[in-house]
Amino acid sequence: MSTRLATGGRLLNKGKQLNFTFNGKQLTGFEGDTLASALLANDQMMMGRSFKYHRPRGVVASGAEEPNALMNMGKGGKFEPNQRATTTELFDGLTCASQNHWPSLEFDVGAVNNYMTRFFPAGFYYKTFMFPKFAWKHVFEPIVRQSAGLGQVPKDRDVDTYEHFYAYVDIAVIGGGVAGLQAAKAAALSGAKVLLMEQTAHWGGRAATDGGEVDGKPVADYIADLVAELDAMDNVTMRTRMMGSGVYDHGYVLGYERVNDHTPGNDGPRHRLWRIRAKQIVTATGAIERPLSFAGNDIPGVMLAAAIRDYAADYGVSIGDRTVVVTNNDDAYRTAILLKNAGLEVPVILDARAGGGGALAEEARALGIRIENGKGIAKVKGGKRVTSVAICSQAGEGAVLEEIQCDAVAMSGGWSPVVHLWSHCGGKLTWDDAQAHFRPDATRAPTNQDGIGFVVPAGSANGEMDLAAILNDAHDAGKAASKAAGFNATRKAAPKADAQAEAAMEPVWLMPQGAGPKLRIKAWLDFQNDVKVSDVRLAAQEGYESVEHTKRYTTLGMATDQGKLSNINGLATLAGQLNAPIPAVGTTTFRPPYTPISFGAIAGEARDEVFQPLRRTTIHGYHEDVNAFYEPVGQWRRPYTFPRKGESHADAVKREILQTRDSVGLLDASTLGKIIVKGPDAGKFLDMLYTNMMSNLKPGKCRYGLMCSENGFLSDDGVVARIDEDTFLCHTTTGGAERIHGWMEDWLQCEWWDWKVYTANVTEQYAQVAVVGPNARKVIEKLGGDMDVSKEGLAFMEWKDGKIGDFDARAYRISFSGELSYEIAVPASQGRAFWDALMEAGAEFNIMPYGTEALHVMRAEKGFIMIGDETDGTIIPQDLGLNWAISKKKEDFLGKRAQLRSHMADPNRWKLVGLKTVDGSVIPDGSYAIAAGSNANGQRNTQGRVTSTYYSPTLDCGIAMGLVHNGPDRMGEVIEFNKVDGSTVKAEIVNPVFYDMDGEKQNV
Amino acid sequence: MRRYSAFAIAREAARFHTGWERAWRSPEPKKKYDVIIVGAGGHGLATAFYLGKNFGITNVAIIEKGWLGGGNTGRNTTIIRSNYLQDPSAAIYEKARSLYETMSQDLNYNVMFSPRGVMMLAQTQSEIRGYERTAHANALQGVTTEFIGPERVKELVPIINIDGPRYPVLGALWQARGGTGRHDAVAWGYARACSDMGMDIIQKTEVIGVRQEGGKVTGVDTTKGPIDCDKLGLVVAGNSGDLANMAGFRLPMESVALQALVSEPIKPCMDVVVMANTVHGYMSQSDKGEMVIGGGTDGFNNYTQRGSFHHVEETVRALVETFPIVSRLKMLRQWGGIVDVTGDRSPVIGKTPLGNCFINAGWGTGGFKAIPGGGWATAELIAKGEPGPLSAEFGMDRFIEGRFIDESVAAGVAH
Amino acid sequence: MLTLQCPYCGVDAEETELHAEGEAHLKRFGPGSSDDDFETYLFMRENPKGVHFERWRHSNGCGKFFHAARSTTTLEVFGTYSAQTYEPPQDIKDKITAKYPGWSWREFA
Repeated sequence: MSTRLATGGRLLNKGKQLNFTFNGKQLTGFEGDTLASALLANDQMMMGRSFKYHRPRGVVASGAEEPNALMNMGKGGKFEPNQRATTTELFDGLTCASQNHWPSLEFDVGAVNNYMTRFFPAGFYYKTFMFPKFAWKHVFEPIVRQSAGLGQVPKDRDVDTYEHFYAYVDIAVIGGGVAGLQAAKAAALSGAKVLLMEQTAHWGGRAATDGGEVDGKPVADYIADLVAELDAMDNVTMRTRMMGSGVYDHGYVLGYERVNDHTPGNDGPRHRLWRIRAKQIVTATGAIERPLSFAGNDIPGVMLAAAIRDYAADYGVSIGDRTVVVTNNDDAYRTAILLKNAGLEVPVILDARAGGGGALAEEARALGIRIENGKGIAKVKGGKRVTSVAICSQAGEGAVLEEIQCDAVAMSGGWSPVVHLWSHCGGKLTWDDAQAHFRPDATRAPTNQDGIGFVVPAGSANGEMDLAAILNDAHDAGKAASKAAGFNATRKAAPKADAQAEAAMEPVWLMPQGAGPKLRIKAWLDFQNDVKVSDVRLAAQEGYESVEHTKRYTTLGMATDQGKLSNINGLATLAGQLNAPIPAVGTTTFRPPYTPISFGAIAGEARDEVFQPLRRTTIHGYHEDVNAFYEPVGQWRRPYTFPRKGESHADAVKREILQTRDSVGLLDASTLGKIIVKGPDAGKFLDMLYTNMMSNLKPGKCRYGLMCSENGFLSDDGVVARIDEDTFLCHTTTGGAERIHGWMEDWLQCEWWDWKVYTANVTEQYAQVAVVGPNARKVIEKLGGDMDVSKEGLAFMEWKDGKIGDFDARAYRISFSGELSYEIAVPASQGRAFWDALMEAGAEFNIMPYGTEALHVMRAEKGFIMIGDETDGTIIPQDLGLNWAISKKKEDFLGKRAQLRSHMADPNRWKLVGLKTVDGSVIPDGSYAIAAGSNANGQRNTQGRVTSTYYSPTLDCGIAMGLVHNGPDRMGEVIEFNKVDGSTVKAEIVNPVFYDMDGEKQNV
Repeated sequence: MRRYSAFAIAREAARFHTGWERAWRSPEPKKKYDVIIVGAGGHGLATAFYLGKNFGITNVAIIEKGWLGGGNTGRNTTIIRSNYLQDPSAAIYEKARSLYETMSQDLNYNVMFSPRGVMMLAQTQSEIRGYERTAHANALQGVTTEFIGPERVKELVPIINIDGPRYPVLGALWQARGGTGRHDAVAWGYARACSDMGMDIIQKTEVIGVRQEGGKVTGVDTTKGPIDCDKLGLVVAGNSGDLANMAGFRLPMESVALQALVSEPIKPCMDVVVMANTVHGYMSQSDKGEMVIGGGTDGFNNYTQRGSFHHVEETVRALVETFPIVSRLKMLRQWGGIVDVTGDRSPVIGKTPLGNCFINAGWGTGGFKAIPGGGWATAELIAKGEPGPLSAEFGMDRFIEGRFIDESVAAGVAH
Repeated sequence: MLTLQCPYCGVDAEETELHAEGEAHLKRFGPGSSDDDFETYLFMRENPKGVHFERWRHSNGCGKFFHAARSTTTLEVFGTYSAQTYEPPQDIKDKITAKYPGWSWREFA
């Protein structure tokens, strides 16, 4: 059984006991424990079930590479699935439960899959579940989905907060082990600004656990001094609990800081996402031990040798009383020695190397540990826990020589550098034959905007496995990074380290090397996703030879650990089957993040009301006061209508329209784009921008204009006012202001840069109110001031500056409703006051505000087009009967050339008409006019479509505008529009102007 | 070809699966083929398959510089739908969707087509009008869709937040027979069937030149030497510009990175595909339990298969807003692919300036769902030398005529 | 995640401050041009694997449009320069030549 030892536990504070629950059981641990170490201390070896076969799963690792120990953590708004127990710091009150089983961890019905293993090889689902046709969707898929998945689904809204940080540094060092610390120091000595981050809560990594001396002192002391030294340097920022999540182009690094995961009651964000720009990045990300592939290597109690050592040394936890060590390298002997010295049994060390180990082996032997060279494990026995191992010759096929009782197995297949962050942005790898691993190829580093390498690997992440070499390499890495970042590298020498020499490792990809199918089908590569040696071999046999094919066919390395333990073993297995050298097979692509990061952190603060910026006019407070119903228009929120208590939206819109047409209404038009175009060439410029002529507009006058893209399509419209000889004010649509301003700048900066024109987007400098209706003039006159707004004083399509009441105002006599109408701009700061003054002055006329829907209906009654309704990016002005607004005199304007192309000049294009239903109903939005027959693809032929359709309160019937084939020539004809239920509605083709055809009302 | 079935698996289980044969052969190239297809992605393999199946042309080589299915076919978010607005798009995507329905049986390879339904959220008034228009168009195009209200949206997707303070859900365009498929399996299934028809899939072989004589293609130069052909099909997605350069013509296309990401797997919680265009994100749950998420493209030309992280941020923000529970899940992996985008964001299937050279490209962000339809249409084009009804509108001549197929009209983005 | 130096305000702008504006040095064809020229102007693109010239706008900064010479395969930036020019400056062309002798892009080399 696993239990807490009396000794050991360098990371624990045994003075502070913490309570937590696992699957409802009350348990205790110490401050400094991880959830995994605390569970092990309570003899809870089994921590989950595998993905496919639902096999019992125990913890195998002690860090970020753990594939099995995943938990449903917390409750309610703090619940989170798939939390890794090995990287979760224990806190008082922690609640967690194991995953992927029903009804319980101990007894899981899904484990029936386990007995079907042979029938569920890699890719079996591609070969079956095909009949009958809909069986996959209705029968098999639901079963597969239900048994797949891992953690539970969060039910409640997240109660935590998240934030983003920015950091600009010279050098980012990722990894705070001994290599990262050393590299950071070497870099910082140059004077460079350094950010050092470590994913765990502790500095120093595993060096202190593994021992050795640096500069004559124990490595643990050296680390403590180094941390203190760095801490005292002003140019160094140090962060624990912060993972280097990904390296992106041009020196962008994401840091994922788990601020409060271990202190969930504290104030502040749970996670913080750091967006870092660094000139150079040092990846001191360490190395990960590889499992060995033997039958039964997935049974709880079989663990990585270094992890067993970590649990004993760091957390004072023994995994078992009798631990068999199986290895192909010297490092695992350290585990045996440590366990033996802790008073635990190590019945045997099985060293797959025929020649055995070096000095560490001697040390183990001297402790009385039995060592068997050239031997391996034929098979591990046990169900939910290891009970014994069967020993065999590594060179053979698995004939059992001896069975040894044990309750834990420590395995080591060698070490692989963590090359993820090196590789994220294109760093290349090279195969190291001696260590049997991929390491960074320093000559092919990822390159930045200057074309130079910007990532420097350091220490074991660079393939160095000996303490002295690690420190040397890290020191050099720090120097190299500081030099590349433009600093003078330190001249200080690297510290001198001393560690035990190790004999060469020998790669072992299958144990025993001649293991037959019966053993191979039980030899796991990917513990979480249940991929075995047999599966990878099958993939290769069936032609899925690329490592990407094998990965996808078998799901190797696709689990939540992303193959940190399985990738190298898997591709070595594949290479073996293909008789190809491992480097020729290559690796799959390393992609961010290094370990999963929360979506909460990625989203940051932006949620709910602040999800996106909200633009408000200065009159918005009024809309809030009267509880307007809004619609989002870009990032603006505009009142759609102003319903009164108990009033439906449709009734409110009707009331607003009738009141405006009958007396007077107010519209907050502040969102309309307003762009000043100024300069001696302003008129010439606008002549290019608009389809019609603007240069001959007289100061004091307004003109409606159309803008097209260079591709000929109508893109925006609005009224242009000429302020003076050199100055125009261009109104754009609400959604178009920024786009059109950018468009103007594009042409002025990049094409006609010698033209003397400046532009300014003054949309937000003005509040603009449309005062609309037969009584509009009376309301304005009631306010007083010096502006003559009479028919003669301010004629239709004129503008003027002056005082309205006490307000500095500019009034435009323009109308989008067909009524007598003034659009009045005042300084933005006075918007609300002006609005309130109008409301007060209009009270006797029963003035009321109207929203965007009333605006839309009134303009449709008048047959005015709306950008976004009549246009959709495929419409040219000619389609809309706007030929009158297209100058024939101008040689050129944007879009003119495009409109000459054959399809645009085609007389068969659909043209704008009005539509009036025969029965008075409203044509559904988006309806198409059907024509006889079908096209070659069997689709019903059409002859037009509706572009705007409304109930008109003014006319008390359905009106619409639409585009119809030859429409203007077919006045009076009745055509049919489709409904989604298959029926149709008949409509007569009519003039699009339904109201005040002669325009008398707007011109009074 | 030995058929796949439950019985075959049982038989093989008895002998530890030692009897499975290769899914496709790995031949050396012959000197000459009737047709060479460059690109063994979904569209290239489907083109070859329908050349054989519909036209009996089987002396075909499919040349692939990497591994079959290793491009965008293997890195997309697997959405299958046909609720397009414009007639030509609706026709080809609906053809594709209907072929997906029987693909597992047709190929004897389970591509796990899952018609779980695809929903496109309307979150502005103009989106409502756009999707109502699409629904009306679809009704005449033989594509079954409907516009549904927010209550129905919530019923179909219980984890959705329909009352978001910024962009409440106002409704959705719902295509019940859209869904997802297993992307790799589509490529593998076609490859197995093509190989079985005697076609040669030549992987890890790069085309380095297009040989021509008198305005016609005579063959290609490859890293394995020259190979002759009577007709050439270029079906290489993000690399189309590069191939066109070799062949000596330019394309109305640019290549940009498109990104996707997945969460860690969780138990089933969302049975349909949801796309939210106003806020820029879409999400479905894979059979493994991962939330599969996609967003928009980068704005600049890029061949690195890496996108910019701010797009991921934008997409995740949108999804946290739309599905608040997502906040407590974790991103497992993000990746990018290179898509080629045309001037009107619709694909090109058509002739090239070289008489016997044809192209299928420009699918932008929507290529996977079109694979069988695109392959069907391209095979017809190559076999007959002239486009059939499915591809008639997709020729490159539309750019000179000003005759565009613009899908952004209704949806804002065409995923 | 690109950074480009805005040649107007001198800021090393990160991508979120910028807006990509497509291929550079397009020659505008207006009324009177041939269909082919007009199509080329609007739609035909170099889309190279390698050295590319493109337009950007410092849209969340000084608002200026500018040109960049960049590799589409390595994302190396050879330089940024004024928008008011018909061709890349010689020093940028030299810098590219040093890295990719024999390069060409439309009429430039």
